[in-house]
Amino acid sequence: MAIVKCTNVKKTYRQNTVAVKALNGVSLSIKKGEFTAIAGPSGSGKTTLLNIIGGLDSADSGRVVVDGNVLNTMRQSQLAQLRLYDVGFVFQAYNLIPVLSAQENVEFVMLLQGVPPAERRERARAILDEVDLRGMYNRRPAELSGGQQQRVAVARSIVSDPSIVLADEPTANLDSKTGASLLEIMEAMNKKKQVTFIFSTHDKMVMDYARRLIYLRDGRIVEDKVRKG
Amino acid sequence: MSIDLTMAWRNIWRHPRRALLTIAAIAFATVLLVFMLSWQFGSYDTMINAAVRLHTGHLQVQARGYHEQQDMHLVVSDPTAVNRILEGIPEVTAHTARATAFSLVSSKERTYGVAVRGIDPVRETQVTTLKQLIREGHYLTEGDTNAALVGGLLAKNLRVGVGDEVVLLGQGRDGSIAATVVQVRGIFSYGQDELDRNVIYIPLPYFQEVYSMRGAVHEVVALCVSLEAVPRVKRAVAAGLKTIDEENTLVVLDWMELMPGLIQSIEMDLVSGLIFYVILIIVVAFSILNTFLMVIFERTKEFGVFMALGTTPGRLTRLLLLESTTMTLLGTIIGILAGSLVTWYFQVHGIVISGTSEMLRQYGLPERMYPQLSALSVVVGAGLVLVITLMTALYPALKVRRLRPVEAMRAV
Amino acid sequence: MFFQLGWRNIWRNRRRTLVILTAVVIGVWSMIFLGALMRGIADQFVRNGIATLTGHIQVHHQGYRSDPAVQNSIEHPATVKAALTAVLPPDARWAPRVRVSAVASNARHSTGVTMVGIDPPREAAISFIGGAITEGRYLRDEDVYGILVGKALLKKFETHVGYKLVLMSQDTEGEIASRAFRIVGVYRAEMETTERQFVFVTMSAAQQMLKLHTGISEVAILLAVPGEARQVADTLRAELPADEYEVNTWQELLPMVTAIMKIYDWFIYLWFLVVFIAMGFGIVNTTLMAVFERIKEFGLLKALGMKPSWIVRGVLIESFCLLILGMAIGNVAGFVSVLALSGTGIDLSALAAGMEYWGMSRVIYPHILGTDVMMANLVVFILGLVVSLYPAVKAARFTPVEALAHT
Repeated sequence: MAIVKCTNVKKTYRQNTVAVKALNGVSLSIKKGEFTAIAGPSGSGKTTLLNIIGGLDSADSGRVVVDGNVLNTMRQSQLAQLRLYDVGFVFQAYNLIPVLSAQENVEFVMLLQGVPPAERRERARAILDEVDLRGMYNRRPAELSGGQQQRVAVARSIVSDPSIVLADEPTANLDSKTGASLLEIMEAMNKKKQVTFIFSTHDKMVMDYARRLIYLRDGRIVEDKVRKG
Repeated sequence: MSIDLTMAWRNIWRHPRRALLTIAAIAFATVLLVFMLSWQFGSYDTMINAAVRLHTGHLQVQARGYHEQQDMHLVVSDPTAVNRILEGIPEVTAHTARATAFSLVSSKERTYGVAVRGIDPVRETQVTTLKQLIREGHYLTEGDTNAALVGGLLAKNLRVGVGDEVVLLGQGRDGSIAATVVQVRGIFSYGQDELDRNVIYIPLPYFQEVYSMRGAVHEVVALCVSLEAVPRVKRAVAAGLKTIDEENTLVVLDWMELMPGLIQSIEMDLVSGLIFYVILIIVVAFSILNTFLMVIFERTKEFGVFMALGTTPGRLTRLLLLESTTMTLLGTIIGILAGSLVTWYFQVHGIVISGTSEMLRQYGLPERMYPQLSALSVVVGAGLVLVITLMTALYPALKVRRLRPVEAMRAV
Repeated sequence: MFFQLGWRNIWRNRRRTLVILTAVVIGVWSMIFLGALMRGIADQFVRNGIATLTGHIQVHHQGYRSDPAVQNSIEHPATVKAALTAVLPPDARWAPRVRVSAVASNARHSTGVTMVGIDPPREAAISFIGGAITEGRYLRDEDVYGILVGKALLKKFETHVGYKLVLMSQDTEGEIASRAFRIVGVYRAEMETTERQFVFVTMSAAQQMLKLHTGISEVAILLAVPGEARQVADTLRAELPADEYEVNTWQELLPMVTAIMKIYDWFIYLWFLVVFIAMGFGIVNTTLMAVFERIKEFGLLKALGMKPSWIVRGVLIESFCLLILGMAIGNVAGFVSVLALSGTGIDLSALAAGMEYWGMSRVIYPHILGTDVMMANLVVFILGLVVSLYPAVKAARFTPVEALAHT
């Protein structure tokens, strides 16, 4: 059961007058529970691929199916629904809403989903505990370190039990030690809740943690190997 | 200097929407002010001219104390001498004389107390608009004797029409009974109840006969070439009076003294208008203050770079001032142009506010009002906006003075 | 929690919010305060008119208004009195009057006046004259020859309390009737024209002089609730035979005043609109700035699955918080400033002649009208939200990809 299946996906950007082929026929299939990194030099199209899988961007051609949903035919509102319930995001930076506390940031997604207040609070706190942020519930992002902010982001991405979490260079702004502990947490989540994690990265450490590595270069997959067992 | 101007101009348009909104706000305030001030000044002119042409004229020569007491015995005994003085002043375009006495007027069924006024039929038309206000019948002619013009409301109250006779009964200058029968020649309507209900006009020579005036009058009324000329003419008349009036029994009064309420009501209108305008501009000022403030926040790093390159804070301040001044000036100029256009349009076509004609007539104003675009309205209007908005623009510019390079560059 | 989010978002840039807040506060304050001032002026017109003998309702003989002569008197006041007792609400008051044009004269002066024959105690309850005496005393029922004159008239006639004044008028037989009165009291009114116009004598004196017997010229009625004037007038009209009597409300008796009130309505609402436009520019601009600063954040929200319509709502909620705060403070400031002035009023005696020219009294009491307050707040609130739609929609339009790539 592939949870993500891309078939011959192509995407071209127009930058002023130059056309950039970000993805030039990418086909892959990712199964539930994978911990996969999409790696490659900058400009290889990995962010674009991630955006397309998450419904933030649309492919020019080719088929993209996420958790049974065919993205090409979906409308913006349906894609929004998808992102709300099925897909979690962790970005490199600007993950959190600055005026909300850690707990409120995590609660926010559940608020959008219509979860009642008491339940929201409980689940938010529980997940924050799990990412080692017990007691920091009321801190604003400005009061948290880079690593702690990313952990809140991870917590938020998982709290509503999505099928997949897409992480775009999550460790890029962190030092190696903090980055490592973040990856530990994500791996724990992956194992515990069977949530599929798909990274885009050019950080060796992330690639080392990944169990499957897909190399992209110039918009094409050049290597796809499974690493740890 | 011109590089500064180029930079300032380009900086303004870095955020086109923001700049446009700011300029629009300033232009809006300017348009409003130019138009409203033009309207106000235009209406004052109308008001004054209407009042002056209605009855009082620009100047009057009277016996001292007559204006306050309205005492029949306080007369201008030698109106011919006064006329000579007036004729000698080129800026006096017309003059006439009047006499007034309080009397009873009786028709067949009714009696009322009214002011009977003797007027010179020919010269009166040169000074006031009475002739145009005749609604029924005819105006008085030169040789008339016992003919009268009666106010519309009075005619109604007396239940008389053109051709009917009424009896006038009063007291002459020498204390004797003054009585006569006059025929209603015409009926006039000022549109002001006060005048339409209480006044009867008869020919001056006849009045002087009936009321034993011995050639005297109560008011010598003069019209000048323009409102500005009035003070000059007044001085000339006063000088002239000194030569004929050794006992100092005569005074010359201008329209402001004759109608003190008028000038004060104009002042009141102006002041109250200004209060509204100033408050409005202050709201606009705060509205646009944020635009000028954002400069500091958004470009602090940039300023740091400038200063690291050797630009002095003074130069930076000047640059900022240039930006805000340019924006403000742009808004003001657009406002002046648009405001002038709008005003000019209505100056040609006039403004009528439905439902107000009745009220305006009572105050002696015409129904259709014309704003008067003038240098004054533009200067005051745009000037007010400019001054207040420039003060707002000053604040952020001054803040920049105190900036230090390292802090600036480190700012997020 | 959306309101919390909105509220906190406005305070992200304190100075900026405070600046636009000031604009809103000053704007709303000016709407309430200046509106109250203008209503105060309009009020004075009405109150002057009503107190200067008009009352809320008047009853006359049919035809009196077009021909206010003694011939058009109410010959049988008993009929009217019966109707009044039947129809009027218990807290209303009324007074009969004889009112005719007359000539007042003394040794040196004559002038036209309006002679008003009153029932002193009843009259005091419904018009200004009861409390306006500044010299001498008020009229008493037994004053056969007593007369009250206005201060301005007293000055004009160069006379004093205790001196004689002769009144002349036409009686019911068409003859000139005259009677010598003695000045027992002097009154002051809001306007000098009032003081010069009205002289008051007792009803019996007037009736005797004019050979009226029991006839009167009018009945004036003062209601406890001015707003009921029209209804009460209608009921009264039904009670009295239409060919003999006419019943009029103050709006009909003072058309000028009614016209002026309408103009003030128009002017006040225009002022509201103009002030809003002035602050509207700032509201849009500030909200735009706040939105464009947070492009990345809006992108994030969309990435999280927030629908565009919810983003619009979010921005509108921010505006809402700002507007409500500004309105609250502005309203309070408005009410406080009006309250501060309502005791003493604004004294414009320095411009007395000017006020008189327009028919206004010298002291203005600002008066807050509920509908004005509602209108002002509605204008600011609704239009404020409407203009915030533009930045809100812009925020919702940021596609996540562009937003997140935005430097």
